Amino acid sequence: MSTESPKIKIRDLHKGFGSKQVLKGVNLDVGRSESLVVIGGSGTGKSVLLKSVLGIIHPDRGSIEVDGEDVVHLSARERERVNTKFGMLFQGGALFDSLPVWENVAFGLIQGKRMPRSEAKVIALEKLASVGLGADVGELWPAELSGGMQKRVALARAIATEPEIIFFDEPTTGLDPIMADVINGLIVECVRRLGASALSITHDMSSVRKIADRVAMLYNGQIIWVGPVADIDNSGNEYVDQFINGRAEGPIQMQVRG
Amino acid sequence: MNFLAQIGRMFLLFLESTGRIAVFAVSSLSHCVRPPFYPRLIGRQMVDIGYYSLPVVALTTLFSGMVLALQSYSGFARFQAESAIATVVVLSITRELAPVLAGLMVAGRIGASMAAEIGTMRVTEQIDALTTLSTNPYKYLIAPRILAGLTMLPLLVLVGDIIGVFGGYIVSIYKLGFNPATYVKQTFDYLETIDVVSGLVKAGAFGFIVTLMGCYHGYNSRGGAQGVGVATTNAVVSAAILILIFNYVITELFFAR
Repeated sequence: MSTESPKIKIRDLHKGFGSKQVLKGVNLDVGRSESLVVIGGSGTGKSVLLKSVLGIIHPDRGSIEVDGEDVVHLSARERERVNTKFGMLFQGGALFDSLPVWENVAFGLIQGKRMPRSEAKVIALEKLASVGLGADVGELWPAELSGGMQKRVALARAIATEPEIIFFDEPTTGLDPIMADVINGLIVECVRRLGASALSITHDMSSVRKIADRVAMLYNGQIIWVGPVADIDNSGNEYVDQFINGRAEGPIQMQVRG
Repeated sequence: MNFLAQIGRMFLLFLESTGRIAVFAVSSLSHCVRPPFYPRLIGRQMVDIGYYSLPVVALTTLFSGMVLALQSYSGFARFQAESAIATVVVLSITRELAPVLAGLMVAGRIGASMAAEIGTMRVTEQIDALTTLSTNPYKYLIAPRILAGLTMLPLLVLVGDIIGVFGGYIVSIYKLGFNPATYVKQTFDYLETIDVVSGLVKAGAFGFIVTLMGCYHGYNSRGGAQGVGVATTNAVVSAAILILIFNYVITELFFAR
């Protein structure tokens, strides 16, 4: 990571739901034009971390800075302004069923940036083309698309406003290995072309190796290891070793029975 | 002791829910009057609530007017008060039946579909997606529905008033043998502006209640398909109960001496 101030700076982030503490003091930096991937088992709080940065979940304690601005205590209007810097690819796509594909892609341009619909449609079709989908797909409804196509449309929507930071929530979940690789390739291409920073969460190791510059592992509500993706096989951390090799035996004990 | 604790817990839960709904209502109303506005979405909701609910409201009020005339006749004939039927029909329809029945029918049709649609958007992260696309879900999803409910229910009830009175007229003329001119005269003789206005005020309140309950339960639904199902049921049941409660409150405000 470069020495300049990070794009996203997370310090001592805590979040609990009832008596369960999910995040217990997360510290993490995402550099400018850097792709950071957070790995960790199911239920370790990866999505909570991502949603805290996006302002969907309000953390109990700690700070999140975007370009040096604390975004935890912003008003709704200021949060909308900060969110114009963001693009997000949701795990299930989260496409709006009531809008055709092109309007889904153009949504951030029409509603967020107040662009005329005709102008936004042209850009939406360009973005669809950049993820390998033709203009004819733009007129379809989300329910008419396969899982892989929905992910591509969701990616096109995430990049349509040319955001400074893109978030990816389990981008390859539910896809076959070939389509997963296609999506990973598109993510790398889109992020590089925009020069954006990227914060992703996944437990798909082939995805990690393809899209990450740096990797952070979240375990028990804290970041227990951060390093370049090239070092992940020699991290010297037994938790990381167990996770990336997918072994049942090791320091991470999965609760099989309730 | 446990029994008392249970009652206390239920009471606290009730107060908590009431508080949440009140905060949601105030927040929703404040977003209704602050830009940005979404005229396209407001228009779509108006068509959905107003135009597509018209057949069901028309049928309900038509048959209610018809049965009211029939029942009143069989009752009033016992003490030679048949001439009051036209007045009974028009007052019952405008003050009570049209707003309450239209409110309940729209609660079933619109409240349920709003809760299901918004609830599905919640559990499939579409509402989160709105936030990340710099769009306030209250302004985009809730405000257009509430505005449409507030404006369309009075219009529906106005149409329902006319159709309901017409239903009473049909039965009175063609089945009970009343004189058409006399019936129409009796209908308007004792009808006052306040009778219609009170019904329209009720309709506006019921439109607000139905859309608020649909949006509130959908917006706060959790846990997949089952959560959406629960939200839909709660939206309809709570809207129906609130309609009956507020029907009494508004009647009291208008007509209590």
